[in-house]
Amino acid sequence: MAETRNIEVSDSAVRSAEAIDELQDLQGEKMTLNMGPSHPATHGVLRLSLELDGEIISKADPEIGYLHRGDEKIAENMTYNQFIPYTDRLDYLAPLANNVAYALAVEKLLGVEDQMPERCKYIRVICCELARISAHLLGLGAFAMDVGALTVFLHTFNEREKVYNLIEALTGARFTTTYTRIGGLSRDLPEGWTVELGKFTKEVSVAIEEADKLLTRNKIFIDRTKGIGVITRDEAIDFGLTGPNLRGSNIEYDLRKAHPYLVYDQLDFDIPYGEVGDCYDRYLIRMEEMRQSVRILDQCITKLPNGPINIDDGKIVLPHKQKVLSSMEELIHQFMLVTQGQNAPVGEVYFGAENPKGELGFYIFSKGGGVPYRMKIRAPSFVNLSILSHKLPGHMMSDIVAILGSLDFVMGECDR
Amino acid sequence: MTAKQLAKKLKIQYKKITSDVIEFRGDFTVEILDSNKISEVCRYAKEELAFDYLVDLCTIDNDDEAPRWTVVYHMYSYKHFQHLRLKVSVSEEESKLPSVTSVWRTANWHEREAFDMMGIEFIGHPDLRRILMWEGYPYYPLRKDFPLAGKSSEMPDVAFTDPIPLEGGPFVTSSGCQDSAGREPRSRNPKQ
Repeated sequence: MAETRNIEVSDSAVRSAEAIDELQDLQGEKMTLNMGPSHPATHGVLRLSLELDGEIISKADPEIGYLHRGDEKIAENMTYNQFIPYTDRLDYLAPLANNVAYALAVEKLLGVEDQMPERCKYIRVICCELARISAHLLGLGAFAMDVGALTVFLHTFNEREKVYNLIEALTGARFTTTYTRIGGLSRDLPEGWTVELGKFTKEVSVAIEEADKLLTRNKIFIDRTKGIGVITRDEAIDFGLTGPNLRGSNIEYDLRKAHPYLVYDQLDFDIPYGEVGDCYDRYLIRMEEMRQSVRILDQCITKLPNGPINIDDGKIVLPHKQKVLSSMEELIHQFMLVTQGQNAPVGEVYFGAENPKGELGFYIFSKGGGVPYRMKIRAPSFVNLSILSHKLPGHMMSDIVAILGSLDFVMGECDR
Repeated sequence: MTAKQLAKKLKIQYKKITSDVIEFRGDFTVEILDSNKISEVCRYAKEELAFDYLVDLCTIDNDDEAPRWTVVYHMYSYKHFQHLRLKVSVSEEESKLPSVTSVWRTANWHEREAFDMMGIEFIGHPDLRRILMWEGYPYYPLRKDFPLAGKSSEMPDVAFTDPIPLEGGPFVTSSGCQDSAGREPRSRNPKQ
C-alpha cells in the first residue's frame, strides 16, 4: 500500500505576507557596491565605491590612483626634451595635443614664443585638431556604447584608424607620437601628407553626420541622456570643470578663443556651448567640436606656409647633423643640448592648453638649468572626475554609465 | 581689469601680509606672508575680485631651504579673463595651513593630492585622505628626499612596493662593449 503523507504548504498569499514581515527589517538598509577598477564603463581603472538605497545612489566615492606612475617626480629628474615621451602617456587618446601643450609651456618659460616659425605653429594646430577629432570619436563611440548604441562605436573606430594612419605617416608611431621638440618639431610633414589630410577631413565629415543620424534624434539615446547628470553653471565653475564639460553647462569659454595660442587667432571657428548641462548637451558639444575641428583643419591646409619648422637657435633646438660634423660651434651646441638641456631662466610659468578633455596645464618652477625643479601637471580628467561624489548621489544606478561616458575622462591623465 | 590691477587691489586690502607683485612672462605672482590667512585672502579674491575658478593648487618642496614648503594657488577669473598666482610658505615644523575647500570646492581633490604627495595638512578639509597612493602608504613620494627609484614598503594584504632597478634590472640591457646580443638581458640568464 502506498503511504500518503501530508505536506504542509502555506498558500502564496500567506508566503508573501511572511516575506514582507521578514523584509520589513531590511527596509532602509543600504548596500555597498564596488564598480571597477576593471569595468567596461569606467574606461580604464576608475573605481567607484557606491552606497545604494535600492537602485538610487546615496553616496559615491571615486577611488583613483591605479595608474599612478609619478610623472611629476620623473619630470624633476630629466631635461625638458626627455620628458616629451612621458606626455604621450598622459591623455593617451590624444598624445599629439599633449606634446604640443607641453612644448608650448616650456617655450613660454624659455621666452621664445615670438621666434616660433609660422609653419611650425600651423603644423602644431593641425596636430591638436587631429588629436581632438580622434579623442572625441573614441569618447563619443564609447559613450554611445555604454548607453546601448553599439554601432556608433564601430563607425567612429573606423575613422580613428584613418587618423592613426595619418599620425603614423607623420610621426612614425601610431600611439606614442613624441612629435614635438622644445622649439619645434621632430620632423616636417611628409610629402603629399596634406592631400591625405584633405581626403580624411571629407571622409570624417561624412562619418560625423552618420554618427549624428544614429544618435542625435535616437529616442533611446535621448531618454538615457537628457536631464541626466545636470551640472549647473555655478557647479561647473566651482568644481573647476574645463573643456566640453564646462561648455556643456552654458559657459562659452575656450582657451583657444579666450587666450589664443599658436595661430588660433587667425583661424575661423565657433565655440559650441550647451544650455542645461546634462549628458545630452555634453554629447552635442563634442559632436559640434569635431565639425569645428574639421573646419580648422581645412583652413590650415590652405593657409599652411612654407619655411623652417624649428627655431633658429642652437641653444634650444638641435642643429643639423651635417653642420655638427663640420662646424665647431654646432658641435658644442649639440653637446650642450644633449648633456645639459636648454638653459632655462629662473622663474615660474603656468601654461594651459585646450585639450580634448579640457584644460591641460603645466606649471613649471625652474631654478635655472635644463631640469625643472618642480613640474605640476594640471590634468583635466582629474579635476573633472572630482565632481562625481557630488553629482552621482540621487541618480539611478544605470545613470552612472551615462554620466561617466559624458564626462569623457582618461585615467592615464587623471592618475599621472 | 588686468591681472596687475587685480593683484594691486589684493595688495591694498592685505597690505601687511603681501609681498610685491612679481611679473614673469606675463604671469603675475603675489606672495602671501602669513599662511594662516590664506583661506581669508582666497575668499576675498573670489568674492571681491571675481576669481571664481581655482585652476590648480600645487606644492613645492624647497628641500634644505627654510621654509620648506611652498603652496601655489592658480586662480582665474571668468569675469576679467585673468590669471593670478598666489604663493604661501609653510615651515616644516608646522606643515599645515587652512584649507580653501570652503572657497572653491574643486580644491578638495587638489588638497588631497598635496597631502598625499607632500604630506602637508590642510586644516578644515572635510575628507583629508590619500588619493593617488593607497591608505597606509608610509611615504610622501614628491618630497625631494624621496628617491626616484622608490622605497620598500609593505602593507599586508593590501600592497607592497620595492625600489625599481635603475641599472641592471631584469629588463635592463647592460652597458659595456659587447655586441647588442650580448647586452640583452636574456644573455645574462641564459637558462630562463
